[in-house]
Formats: sequence, C-alpha cells, structure tokens
Amino acid sequence: MALSDKDRIFTNLYGTQPWNLQAAKMRGDWDGTAGFIGKGRDWIIEEVKNSGLRGRGGAGFPTGMKWSFMPKQSDGRPAYLVVNADESEPGTCKDRDIIRHDPQKLIEGCLIAGFAMNAVAGYIYIRGEYYNEAMVLEAAIAEAYEAGLLGKNAAGSGYDFDLYVHRGAGAYICGEETALIESLEGKKGMPRLKPPFPAAVGLYGCPTTVNNVETIAVVPTILRRGAGWFAGFGRPKNAGTKVFCISGHVNKPCNVEAEMSIPLRELIDRYAGGVRGGWDNLLAVIPGGSSVPLLPKHICDDVLMDFDALREHRSGLGTAGVIVMDKSTDVVRAIARLAHFYKHESCGQCTPCREGTGWMKRVMDRMVRGEAEIEEIDVLEQVTRQVEGHTICALGDAAAWPIQGLIRHFRPEMERRILERQGRTVPLAAE
Amino acid sequence: MTDRPEEKGQAQRGPDSLRDQGTGGGFEHTHAQGKAEHDQPTHFAFDEQSEREVEKFIARYPAGKQASAVIPLLYVVQKQTGRQTGSAWVPRVAMDVIAKRLGMPAIRVYEVATFYFMFNTKPIGRYHLQVCGTTPCMLRGSDDVLRACKDAGGLKGYGDTSADGNFTLTEVECLGACVNAPILQVDDDYYEDLDYDSTVKLIEALKRGERPRPGSVIGRQTSAPEGGPNTLTGVEE
Amino acid sequence: MAKVTVDGIEVEVPNGASALQACEAAGKEIPRFCYHERLSVAGNCRMCLVEVEKAPKPVASCAYPVMDGMKIFTDTETVRKARRGVMEFLLINHPLDCPICDQGGECDLQDQAVAYGKSFSRYEEGKRAVKDKYVGPLIKTIMNRCIHCTRCVRFSQEVAGVPEMGATGRGEQMEIGTYVEKALSTELSGNLIDICPVGALTSRPYAFISRPWELSKIESVDVMDALGAPVRVDVRAGEVLRVLPRQNDEVNEEWLADRSRFAIDGLKRRRLDRPWVRRDGKLVAASWAEAFQAVAAGLKGKRLGAIAGDTCDAESLFALKQMLNALGSTSYDARQDGARLDASRPDFYLFNSGIAGIDDADALVIIGSNPRLESPVLNARIRRRWLAGGFRVGMIGPDAELTYAAERLGTGPQDIAAAASFLEGAERPMIILGRGALARPDGAAVLKAAWDLAASVNALREDWHGFNLLHHFGGQVGALDVGFVPGEGGHDVEGMLGGGVNALWLLAADEFDVARIPAGTFVVYQGHHGDRAAARADVILPGAAYTEKDGTYVNTEGRVQRGRLSTMPPGEAREDWRIIRAASQFLGVTLPFDTLDALRGEMAANHPALARLNAGPVRGCTDSAGPGGEGPLSGEPFVPAITNYWQVDPISRASAVMAECAATYVAPQPAIAAE
Repeated sequence: MALSDKDRIFTNLYGTQPWNLQAAKMRGDWDGTAGFIGKGRDWIIEEVKNSGLRGRGGAGFPTGMKWSFMPKQSDGRPAYLVVNADESEPGTCKDRDIIRHDPQKLIEGCLIAGFAMNAVAGYIYIRGEYYNEAMVLEAAIAEAYEAGLLGKNAAGSGYDFDLYVHRGAGAYICGEETALIESLEGKKGMPRLKPPFPAAVGLYGCPTTVNNVETIAVVPTILRRGAGWFAGFGRPKNAGTKVFCISGHVNKPCNVEAEMSIPLRELIDRYAGGVRGGWDNLLAVIPGGSSVPLLPKHICDDVLMDFDALREHRSGLGTAGVIVMDKSTDVVRAIARLAHFYKHESCGQCTPCREGTGWMKRVMDRMVRGEAEIEEIDVLEQVTRQVEGHTICALGDAAAWPIQGLIRHFRPEMERRILERQGRTVPLAAE
Repeated sequence: MTDRPEEKGQAQRGPDSLRDQGTGGGFEHTHAQGKAEHDQPTHFAFDEQSEREVEKFIARYPAGKQASAVIPLLYVVQKQTGRQTGSAWVPRVAMDVIAKRLGMPAIRVYEVATFYFMFNTKPIGRYHLQVCGTTPCMLRGSDDVLRACKDAGGLKGYGDTSADGNFTLTEVECLGACVNAPILQVDDDYYEDLDYDSTVKLIEALKRGERPRPGSVIGRQTSAPEGGPNTLTGVEE
Repeated sequence: MAKVTVDGIEVEVPNGASALQACEAAGKEIPRFCYHERLSVAGNCRMCLVEVEKAPKPVASCAYPVMDGMKIFTDTETVRKARRGVMEFLLINHPLDCPICDQGGECDLQDQAVAYGKSFSRYEEGKRAVKDKYVGPLIKTIMNRCIHCTRCVRFSQEVAGVPEMGATGRGEQMEIGTYVEKALSTELSGNLIDICPVGALTSRPYAFISRPWELSKIESVDVMDALGAPVRVDVRAGEVLRVLPRQNDEVNEEWLADRSRFAIDGLKRRRLDRPWVRRDGKLVAASWAEAFQAVAAGLKGKRLGAIAGDTCDAESLFALKQMLNALGSTSYDARQDGARLDASRPDFYLFNSGIAGIDDADALVIIGSNPRLESPVLNARIRRRWLAGGFRVGMIGPDAELTYAAERLGTGPQDIAAAASFLEGAERPMIILGRGALARPDGAAVLKAAWDLAASVNALREDWHGFNLLHHFGGQVGALDVGFVPGEGGHDVEGMLGGGVNALWLLAADEFDVARIPAGTFVVYQGHHGDRAAARADVILPGAAYTEKDGTYVNTEGRVQRGRLSTMPPGEAREDWRIIRAASQFLGVTLPFDTLDALRGEMAANHPALARLNAGPVRGCTDSAGPGGEGPLSGEPFVPAITNYWQVDPISRASAVMAECAATYVAPQPAIAAE
C-alpha cells in the first residue's frame, strides 16, 4: 500500500506552493508549537523516541536517544543545536528541497529540538554551493523572527531561542559532525578525535547535538500527528516516512517521500518511471548515497529500502540516495569516479585516508582501462581494508566500501578488462 | 641575501589542472590555490557594502568566537573582488585583513581559504563554470556538459580560463542536485537537466551577457519527475 | 587513579591519562609519529593504534582516555596489521632518499619501518612531489618527506608562540608551511628539527655534513644564555658539528634556543690559536714561553686588575682570582656590562623561584628584561604558564614582542613600586629583573627597588622566593659565585678603566668599551676569539671556548653544571685554568694546584655551593633584608639589553650562520648605531 499524500510530511517538496510563512502555516506548520514546548523536554524526547525516528543523515542513530545525551542541567556552559545541511553525499539532494521549499518545517523543528536539548541557539550549517537555498533559508528565518517565532519567547513558548545560518564553502567532510563543528568555529573541517563526543564537548567546547535537516524537519509533524502515526510506517526499528532521491538511469529521476521499507523495485517503478530500458536492463543500484556498497540486480529485485534490510546485504540505507545504473553503465568507471570523489574530499588529517584515498583512486583509474595485473585487484581490496576502520572519521570507510562492493559483485568485469588489455582470451563474463 | 622568500614565492602548486578527463574519473583536480605573487594586489579594504555584511556576520557568533566568521568573511571578500574586478577571488592581502579583523593568526585564514574548495585563491574568469562530474551526474551525461563547456567556452579543460577572460572551467564534486543531473553551476546558480545542446545554448547566452533563469532547462518542476509530480498532486492515489 | 591492564600487565595510571601512557607505564613501547608529550594531541598519524576490549575497531592510543578496568592489547594480529597498514601508507609517498637524507640513522620513520615496514613496495603509482618551503635560514625543508604529523605546526603555535606554520590545502595535497614563505619569527626554530620525526625539517647549516653514527657525542652544558641548557655536543675529527639539547624537565625540558644550537660555526672562525706578543707596537706570533715572559715583564711593578667575560668557566675565574690575590690585587670584576649586581648574597643575583618555579607562579612582573631574547626557552615556559590560565603578566620597560599578553606597567625604575598593585592578590607572585636593568648608573637602586617590590607583595617567604634575576650568559652566575667582584680596596670595571690599575688581565672580556682602556695600560688578553679586545692586547694568551674545556657553569637559577671538553682547543690554545696556572709560575706566585681535580677541590673548599652539581635552586627566602642600593632612581626608561639576539658574544659574532640570521631577522639599524 503506497503512502498517500495525506501522510506525507513534506507537502511542498516540489515547490509547487510558495515557501513563505503564510503558505507554510496553511500547510500546517507552526500549529500548536508552544503547546508542545509547554509539555516539557522529557515529553518531546519521549515522543521522538516512541516515533522510532532514526537520523536521516546516513548513520541512522535513534534521534530521541541522541537528544537524551545532552546534559539535563547546564554546568554553566550554554548548549547548542547544530543542523547539518551540508548535504554532499553523491546521490543525495533531499535536504535541498526541504530548505528551499519547506523551510518553516525545519525552523519549527529547530525550535522544538533546541528546546528539547536546552540549547540557547541553533546554527544551520548549509553547504556553500546551496547559495540560493541559503538565501531562502535566511529569508524564512527573518520571517520567523518577525512573526515572533524565534528569538525571545519564541512562538509564545516562553523559551528564548536564536537561529542562524552558516554557509560552508565546499568540503564534503564538513558533513561529518565534528568536522562541521570545527568548520563552524572557523577552522578547517577536520574531524575531531572522539571521545569526547559533541554532547559533552561540541561547538565552542559546549554541549552540542548535530542533526540532519530532514531529521529535524519531521519532528513537528511527528508531534502533531503522534509518535504512533509515524511509527506506523515501515518495519519495526525502521519507522517513518523518508525522502528518497532517485537518480541515474531511471526514466524519471526525482525526489519522493515514501514509507520506509518500501521495496527498491517498487520505489523505482512507482515513482521514478522505472529503470531505463526496463527492469531487466538494470545492472546495479547504489541504494544509500555513494558511501554504501552497490547492489547487483539480483539483490535489487526484492530488497527493501530500510536500514536493516540493506545492512543484511552488506550495504546500507545511508541517506537514501538511490543511484541507479543500467546495463550501459561502465560500472568500474562509476566506482572509480567515486574513488576520485573521496580522494578529493579527504581532509588530509589522518594517514590512512590521506594516502589511501589517493592510492585507491589511482588503482581504480587503471582498473577502468584494464591497465593492471589480476593480482592487483587483491592488492586494491587489501588497501581498502587497510583504510577501513583505521581513520579518525568515517570518510575512510566510505571511501573503502564502494570499491569493496565493486570487487565483491563485479570482479569478473574487472578481470575481463585486464585480460582484454593484455590481449589474452577473455572468459565469458559472469553475472 | 640569498635564497630569499620572493624566489621561492613562486612555490605555486603545479597546475595538475589542465589534465583532461580522458578515461573518466582518473584525473587530477585543480584547486585555484596558486600563490604567484605577481598577480596579488598589495592592498585590500572592505567597501561599504562589504562592511555592512561583515558586521552582520560577526554578530552571529558569541563574543570571543568571532573566528567563526572567517568563512563568511572570505565570501564577502570574494564577492567584493568580483564586484570590483569582474573576477571573484580572494587575494592574499585580503586574508590578512580578515585575520586582523577577527583577531586570528593569518596562517589560520590561509588554511581555511585553501581548504575549502569554493574559495579561489587566484583570479578566475567572469563566469565560473563548475561542472559536476561525480557519478550521478556522470551517469546522466556530464561528459557532454564538459565537452559543451570546452567547445562553446573556448576552454582547454579543467583549470583553464578562456582567452577572452569570460570563463573559468572547474570540475566540482557532487553538487547535491542529483535527481536533476547533470548540473552546471555558473557562479552561484545551478542549471539542471542539461545535455550538450542546452549547455552550449546556456554558454552562448552568458556570452551575450544574459543570465538565463537557473533551474531545470527542460522545464521540470524542480525535483519532481519529468512531466509533472506523481505525488502531492492533490489527488488521492 | 585507574587500573588498566596492558597485555595482561596491570598498571595504575592517573584518571585522564591516555591509553598510550598506560602502555608506557606497563613498559610497552608504542610507535608514534604525531604524538609528542609536550605538544597537544593530534591523533592523526594512526601509528599508535591498539586494541581496547569492547571497542569495535582499533583506537589511537595517544588520544584514547583510560577508564578503570580497561583492557588494552598492544600486540595482537589486528594491531600489527593496522600498524603495518599505516606504515605502508606513510611510505607510499615518502621518497626513498634515505641514503642522502640527513635524518638517516636517527629517523623515527626509518626505525619504525624496520618493525612494521615491508621489504618491497606495492605502490605502483607516481609519488607525490611537494615544493620545498622557506621557513628561515636555519631550517632546511624537503617537503616530499613530510608525513603531515603536524608536530611542527603545533610546536610553533603552542611552544614557540608564533602561529605562523600551518597545513594549507587538503587531502593528499595538504602542505605544511607558512604559505607566505617567510622566516618563522622565533628564536626556537631549531627545535623543529628535533621534533620532526622524518627528514622534512633538517638543519640547514648541518646539511650533508655528517652521519650520526660518525659522531662522538659528548654531554655538556650550553653557555650561550643563562638558562644553562644541558646539551649534547656532536663532534667529528676535532670539530663541533652539532649541538643538541638534552632533557632536563627543570631547565630546558627538551628545547634549545637557536643561538645555542647554531652559533657553533663561530667556534671555527676568528680563533686565537697561538700566543701573540706586541713588539714595537705590532702583535707578533710567539711561543708560550715568550708570551709568559712578556707577561711577567709587562706586569712587573704594575697595579694589575682583571675583567672577566660572560662565558668563562668557574675554574678559570677562581684560578685567576687566586692569582691576583697572590699578586696582592683585589681588583677583579666579572661585570663588564657594568651591571650593579650585589654579590654579597646569592639570592640577590639568582633566579630564585627556579625555572620550573614559573609553573607554580600566578602573577609575573618583568622589569627591564625581554625574556624572549634573553632566554628563549625560559620565555617559552612563561608562555606555557600563561596559556594554562590564571596567570597575569605585567612588564616595565621598553616595548617587546613577547609570546604572551603582557600589560605594560611602565617604562622605567620609577614605575617599579607601583607594580605592587598589579601583583596584589597573587599567591605566588614572581618578579623577573633583567640583568640589563642594572647596567646603568642607578642600577643598585633598581636592584633594591625590585627587591622591595618583591617584599611588598609578600613574595619573599619561606615557601616562595619570588625575586628573580635573569642573567644573559652561562658564565655570569659562576663568576659571582666565586666572588669575581672587587675585594677589599679593589676597583670595579669603572675604577679599573678610570685609572685605578695600569695593567689589565682580560679573561675573554670583550663586551665593554675597549677604547676606554687608558693609554699605557699593559693588557693581557686571554681568550678564544680575536674579537674586540684582542687587538688592544700586549700579550695574547689563546684560551679555550666552552666546548673545549672541562668547566663548571652556573645557570641563572644557581644550578651548577659541568661542561665537558668535546674538542681540543685549536692550535696552541690551551684550557684556561692551565694558562693561568702556568702564568702564576712565571709571575712567581705558583698556584697550589696542578690538576683540575685539585683546583676543583680548592674551589669547593672556598665556595661549597659550586660542588653541589645539578642541584636545583633552594626554594624560599629566609632573609628578606634587601641588598644595599643607595641613591635615587633615575627617570631614564629601561633600554633593551639585547636588540640583536643573534650576535651577542665573540662566538656568535664570528658565526656566519648567526650573521645570516641577523640579516634576516634584525631590522637594519641606522648607520650611526653600527659599530
């Protein structure tokens, strides 16, 4: 049973209506906000926990639990909410739509989340390339201030809360929460060593929670419609609705809000016009943004789009950026391009990532042309293992996994190129 | 006085820039990160418009934490340089001005300016053509967008600035508009759903001094499927 | 305390300690490149990965806090694999130029590669090429070798206090440097060589000079400033090739100032390597016997006085004083700068809080001193104390670029008393009085005023001595300890130059106005460099520089240390005490010792403190009665004692390296000020 429009949170996802406050209120935003705040922090956190909401930025950490890590009582330091709008994961463009078409949902969510974690202020860190989106967000925040929804006694709640926009400047790594905090403090976006975690020592050394845009923006609707409503979508522990981004070789690429645990095939067929040339023309899908391993067609046939199902197949839901590749795809090049991406975006701080991403990229480039020895596939695989799990942040893992996925599922294709290049007999490609 | 800094000041990163895409994925990137002293102005001061923005940005951060404003101020500089010279970049002397204003060591500003890809540390063309080449765009024809940029813009490849000074071509990483791939970002604006012909058309328009409306060039409603939304139609499914 | 088990060995470490520290406590060596115990933790090299029970992946032990009951494993297959992986990554872009690398043989990367490296490379791609950077005349950079540990960035920011180094760019293209290609504005840059774990930052003057295994390494002490840093003198074939710091947490920790490290080429230049005697107005080469005969003849019937230089060993000072006493003279003075020091009680001229005492102080007033130029390493300690917070610094004197914020409390002696309000409320207030502030007519009054300030803020207590004199050279305190100041009826420098004597024995004394020696004065110059005074001499007795003799030196806090003969003095030159002993024979007052041990025994009998080797300062003040210091304070502001850090003594003035530093760092002086 497909999600119906009445159960969609982002009713202006495509910007068919104005983004302004008046239109947002018509869509139901800012309805009863002060009332939720009046019920207190514990109630809000409990509702969010009960809704089963997991972070929408990639890691899928339970949101309510994350909020509960913030100190209940201030030790004199202020606390901050930081919203991660540094949407840069290849294949992902959902937050962009929320920001430019439904900014009040995010702003209202910030107020509620900020209150729930006792924050004095929030910063929305938006990627620098989203210039026009940042302009909309700034204007929306100004509107909210003017309407008394932010600042002193925000939305008549008795709670004071300030909200600012901070633009990044072209660095994927700033999507990592501690790199984002560093960047927000005016430094290079280099991830911090953990512990301590941001809830203890975050922005300016103060308790901080970093949440994804979508995570924050769904909270007001969850409170309005009830935790049970949200939890009613998707499989247990994979609750809610989710904005999916379907790109690549589909007939009609698009963003769409659908229920969690929707079968991948249904997602593509129902909303994105199907795979170019038909389902049987499918080669592989990267289901959750570039950082997760790709899935060959036979897995795509019936896999569900949620955290647990994709993990069972050694991939992940990630950001739900679905990159579809049909049989015309040069799959080695597609992954080599991601290797290039990670090399380009490695911050350079720690050894395995700084050196390993360059190594992997260069070997992958040769693999595209078949300029390699068969044994080098194993070396490449080992290099990914040497990076994985040895870095300060998860970028090293993210750089390793797509290549591991490629080798796991498309090794025959890699070998074919090498042999062909060497002028040797090419065994019939498997798969 | 041997071995003076000036001689070594040419320690410009070798422009690994002009290498072309070739086999795809396997190309070096340029970050406009040169330090050639000859094109560096010796003076920078915020103009009136910039001053207002500087004040606005600094006020966003708690007292004593004004270093947070370093990225915003680098933007202010880049915009101002663009306004004044037609080339949006950040001269080194302006970094020093920022350092002074924010009470931070100059090297920390240099670090930030060279870390973040969006700051141009050497002059660029009037229009900054930024081709997204990451996989989702690649799958949908970013090679054609690149080719169109080179053909219509008179550009040899990434890192190049056209002889007429109109265009600088840069490959950028995922712009976060993947369902509207491929994307060309011209300065701050995204042009989406491009192909070879529409990219050529866009560049020709820029040459005429026009700024076509950003967004999908095939008339899509933002990120909705081509042909119109199939959800949020107001009609129950 | 937390109980931690490392490979089955139980250790107790303080809460907040790192896993790495726990491993060290358990005697497990953990390889590391970025971690340095005197710098902040970066955790970026990933070489120190260990396994921690229940942690899903290996953790960087340098940055991982211990918890009670934690179990750490340092030698599992996972750990070895992780380290081998990191090592391979470090090497793929590291050039294989060890055979021509000056770090070779003392390179952390080389050493660890033995343990964790492969004997072949799997990396088939091109290696990264990085432009070398200019960071000043002392440091050679070969940036291809850089492994991006950022120790140098952290050192320059945190210890040196000059945040001028950074890592620009990002990822594989990240580069260490100053971005603007400027010389680091610090007097501590040589330490970058020591902390760089690879050959990216090496010594420029020492480039391609020697291999570490060719060097004889002699433990000695530095005299180029009054900190008295323990050093290791590296010697090959009778030549000092390097001076490196040794570690003493109470003195230099492990740092060394640039002059101490790099002025050594001055030891080879402008040396006095044979005796000279003036005949018919001209200095002519002579034998030792001729020289001593000339001395004996020249001094006959003269009133002899002696002036000693700033880097003399206590033994030669003691011997010279004994000889003058035997000749009936009490005119000797080691205060060639004219500093109105009071040698009647050690704590009038010592850095009584102790160098390590800086760590305990909670407020500081600096009077007439620029610690950064007078003792860069001591200054770094002040900076660290300041960084720790709860420490205010005030200063009276000329404007100075320090590496911490200092409130300007005044410019001259008259502002001293008022500084009491600045120190008010401090539990352990500290006053640092520069030796230079005493080298003026009202110096004695300045000394008294500073002492009185200390007394007025209760800094002279049994548990805390807050009065500190900062000397400039390693021989200055020893000279006061042996009482090389005028005795009963003797003349000081002023008096001697004013005609109080008609024969002068200059023991390596060059820092006074030689032109003021009255005509007709018979001058014996005993020293190592043909600097300012030798040309005025009637007889030159070639002595030994500090690396060429066994000698006792006392640092500014009164710490007695021994320097050791590292190379023989050049040519005919001899150790100074021997010269004096020989001269005494020719003068008919043979000194009662003919071995160094005998001399030292005699010296210890007279000055017991000089036998207490390496003892730190006595904490606390038992007698707050101040030094004499009659006379009014003048209104004249204090002037900088040192303006050109790089060239302050005969050795550094003879050094080409120091000349280059001076050309780089010191603003050109107006022509009149030139010598």
